[in-house]
Amino acid sequence: MRVGLFVTCLVDLFRPSVGFAAVKLLEDAGCTVEVPRAQTCCGQPAYNSGDRKDAKPIARQVIESFAGYDAVVAPSGSCAGMIKIHYPELFRDEPEWERRARELASRTHELVSFLVDVLGVERVAASYRGSVTYHDSCSGLRELGVKAQPRKLLASVEGLTLKELPGAEVCCGFGGTFCIKYPEISTRIAAEKTKDIAATGAALLLAGDLGCLLNMAGKLKREGSRIEARHVAELLAGMTETPAIGERRSAAPEGPR
Amino acid sequence: MSGARSAILERMRASLGGVASGDARRAAVETRIARHARNLVPKRGQLEPRARQALFVEMAEKAAASVERVASASDVPAAAAAFLARHNLPPKLKLAPDAAVAGLPWERHPLVKIETGIAAPDDRASLTPAFAAIAETGTLMLVSGPTRPTTLNFLPENHIVLLRASQIVGAYEDGWDRLRAEAGSGWPRTVNFITGPSRSADIEQQLQMGAHGPKRLHIILVADDGDGKT
Amino acid sequence: MEATSHAFKSNARHALEDAQLQRAMTKLGFREARAAAAARLPEFEELRDQGRDIKNHVLAHLDLYLERYEAELVKRGGQIHWCADAEEARRAVLAICRRLKAKTVTKGKSMVGEEIAINEFLEANGIAPVETDLGEYIIQLRHEPPSHIIAPAIHLTKDQISDSFFENHQRYGKSRRLEEASELMAEAREVLRAKFIAADVGITGANFLIAETGSSVIVTNEGNGDLTQNLTRAHIVLATPEKLVPTLEDATTLLRILARSATGQEFSVYTTFSTGPRRADDLDGPEEYHVVLVDNGRTRLLGTEFQEVLRCIRCGACMNHCPVYNAIGGHAYGWVYPGPIGAVLTPALVGVAEAHDLPNASTLCGRCESVCPVRIPLPKLLRHWREREFEAKIPPARARWALKLWAWLARRPALYRLATRVAMAFLGALGRRNGRFRSLPLAHGWTDGRDMPAPEGPTFQALWAARRGGKP
Repeated sequence: MRVGLFVTCLVDLFRPSVGFAAVKLLEDAGCTVEVPRAQTCCGQPAYNSGDRKDAKPIARQVIESFAGYDAVVAPSGSCAGMIKIHYPELFRDEPEWERRARELASRTHELVSFLVDVLGVERVAASYRGSVTYHDSCSGLRELGVKAQPRKLLASVEGLTLKELPGAEVCCGFGGTFCIKYPEISTRIAAEKTKDIAATGAALLLAGDLGCLLNMAGKLKREGSRIEARHVAELLAGMTETPAIGERRSAAPEGPR
Repeated sequence: MSGARSAILERMRASLGGVASGDARRAAVETRIARHARNLVPKRGQLEPRARQALFVEMAEKAAASVERVASASDVPAAAAAFLARHNLPPKLKLAPDAAVAGLPWERHPLVKIETGIAAPDDRASLTPAFAAIAETGTLMLVSGPTRPTTLNFLPENHIVLLRASQIVGAYEDGWDRLRAEAGSGWPRTVNFITGPSRSADIEQQLQMGAHGPKRLHIILVADDGDGKT
Repeated sequence: MEATSHAFKSNARHALEDAQLQRAMTKLGFREARAAAAARLPEFEELRDQGRDIKNHVLAHLDLYLERYEAELVKRGGQIHWCADAEEARRAVLAICRRLKAKTVTKGKSMVGEEIAINEFLEANGIAPVETDLGEYIIQLRHEPPSHIIAPAIHLTKDQISDSFFENHQRYGKSRRLEEASELMAEAREVLRAKFIAADVGITGANFLIAETGSSVIVTNEGNGDLTQNLTRAHIVLATPEKLVPTLEDATTLLRILARSATGQEFSVYTTFSTGPRRADDLDGPEEYHVVLVDNGRTRLLGTEFQEVLRCIRCGACMNHCPVYNAIGGHAYGWVYPGPIGAVLTPALVGVAEAHDLPNASTLCGRCESVCPVRIPLPKLLRHWREREFEAKIPPARARWALKLWAWLARRPALYRLATRVAMAFLGALGRRNGRFRSLPLAHGWTDGRDMPAPEGPTFQALWAARRGGKP
């Protein structure tokens, strides 16, 4: 299967290792992975701010760049949701683009649910000695039904103990532009989340969306917590040697050789 | 006000896409009302009479009503007297002037002072007849009428309800069917669905009983074989 | 009610710093109760679908159902007063009260009553309205608006309630400050009992209006609505048109999902169907039954992209599950309806200029939609408001231009790759030592409350290109 990887702007800019983990997982499952160069952003910031006019050209660019792939996979519930659920809505007044958006939507998936639901992956080769907890990012959960799939793959990781997060389905307070427009409310919601995370006793926080992770890791670090945060793809791909999110690093990463 | 009426209706019709009050739309409305079809009715209450009765009792008790079974209607005065004594209430009862309760053999309990009529502010206990009871949620269905004043259901601290086993139905819809059959062209002023005694959690979300309505709801369930006879 | 939604940001800030409010909000236990009630009823999801469909059907035929409702109501001896707006509704209520020489009026809980500010108006006209729902009574004593649509005093602690009773009940001969919730309730029961009996007119809202029978439906756990509407000479129902449902069966379906969604109860304690005034041979009941049907902006929503909000059955589930509402409480929203439903309704009814923050103060997490008994797509409606605001240039210029710049860059992949490479290399180098920033000049909103993890440095696109041996 020929997969076009939708990297997402946050992964591209902040944590490329998530992108490489996604590639590894997809290649291990038998896909060939390409990364169209003309991708930048899915258009969520504009769309969710009510700026349909600016969201549309970005969406058209995505639709065009990802034509022809058997599947389009993103290591993010919110970006995959944007493409899958919201692109058709975005073009509701333009029948031809709506048709193309629906066509792309039918091929677009969030990473972990793609592995489990489409490729039938049941286990990963990675092992991890330690306790983790998992936060269900809102878009992935509610727009795309991502819930059981990451837990299924985590259960196959040798040595790993999953401690369920109370309030796993409660928003972390990131919300894209929300955390910038209403920072105090966002910080408070994040504080409730880190309280729940700490209560699990887990040493590592996982989730499927980097926006959520940057938010939660940032709050954990500000609170002086030793709990680390990673994208679930990194752990599933066995790539946990690099510094976790927000942890210091000695030199710029070179990416896997 | 009629200016507002036509303005509102016209604006509505315009907003809905310039629909006229034409035949197809009107037919849809008339048909739905005339048919008053049931929507989905949960399976929970759809039971044989004995099981339905057991479910009603279970649900009513979960809602903090008390339920007492008696063999026949003539046992009701004794049960009511015992209820008053049990809760240290004065032996006084305001009855609905309905044959179902007022016509019971109260003379066998001369110590209980009986009055019929609407509720007075100092009435501490009332006894009213049920119209039906809904097993699905343990809910009583009480219907107002010339012999069933509504205030008896709300003013007294203690509300006792006489319920016949044959009045227990599975779902509210069954209650509506019975009421439509009985009401004919009239329709009662009030239909009260009552599930347990009054309560409020407005103070720090702590549940407290007896907010404004009755503090106690006691249901005397009379066994009968379905034709009203015991 | 005067809206203070324009002050949302500072309202929210105060709410976050209000220790008593924060303590009170932790007591909100409706979520678990709702989940348990839903689990006990296998048909719950299907009933939600049916509830949605009933409401959609009514809205599409609202004019005709209203006409039919009116005909039935009148047939049973009721009177209806059609009012376009709050002003007309207030005058209609006052006219009835004046004609009956009413001195006191008891009130069941009515959000529409808050909308039209009926209490202040009656007071200004020499009539004393007494709220009888315990929560509403408490906030009336404190001159506060409700902070939740079914638990209006949820923002208060027991101590605050004790204080209010102690201050206000001395005139009834009460001299002790009560501590226990049971004592407080007993005192309220006694005080309000006298009001019920003395009242001349009773005003309630309506959860539903039924076209088939011309009935109004109220739902309470306290019984205050029934005492309000049965003991006076006149019963006035305040309602808006979208409360209409076609038949008794349709009302029943909605009632099945209402209590379960609101408090997790199987059914509210008192669900009452009222049809007209006392009959000729009735022994009690009001001599007059009036329905004040006020539009107050509802019709304006029909046929628009906001029509679906009119399905609301006022259960409160959306706010119970909203992370923003749970953080800041109801008063911060600044008007009658808080939480997600308030964020959609308030701009519709008081205007976007006043309420522009509300649709934006949301992460669009979607939890509200997932619990709404009639499946209102609240996030979609919030986004629609954001679209309207953007078109009207309501967001600050800075924010609009930042979006435009990002979008401009995002449409130029080569330039984007170059710009981001440079920016991330810079930030990455700056942040390498600690792995995160404790403060960032342009992002202090973020860094005031949390650290910002530093980027790794190189971008994925650059690393990928290098790995493949291509140009970055």
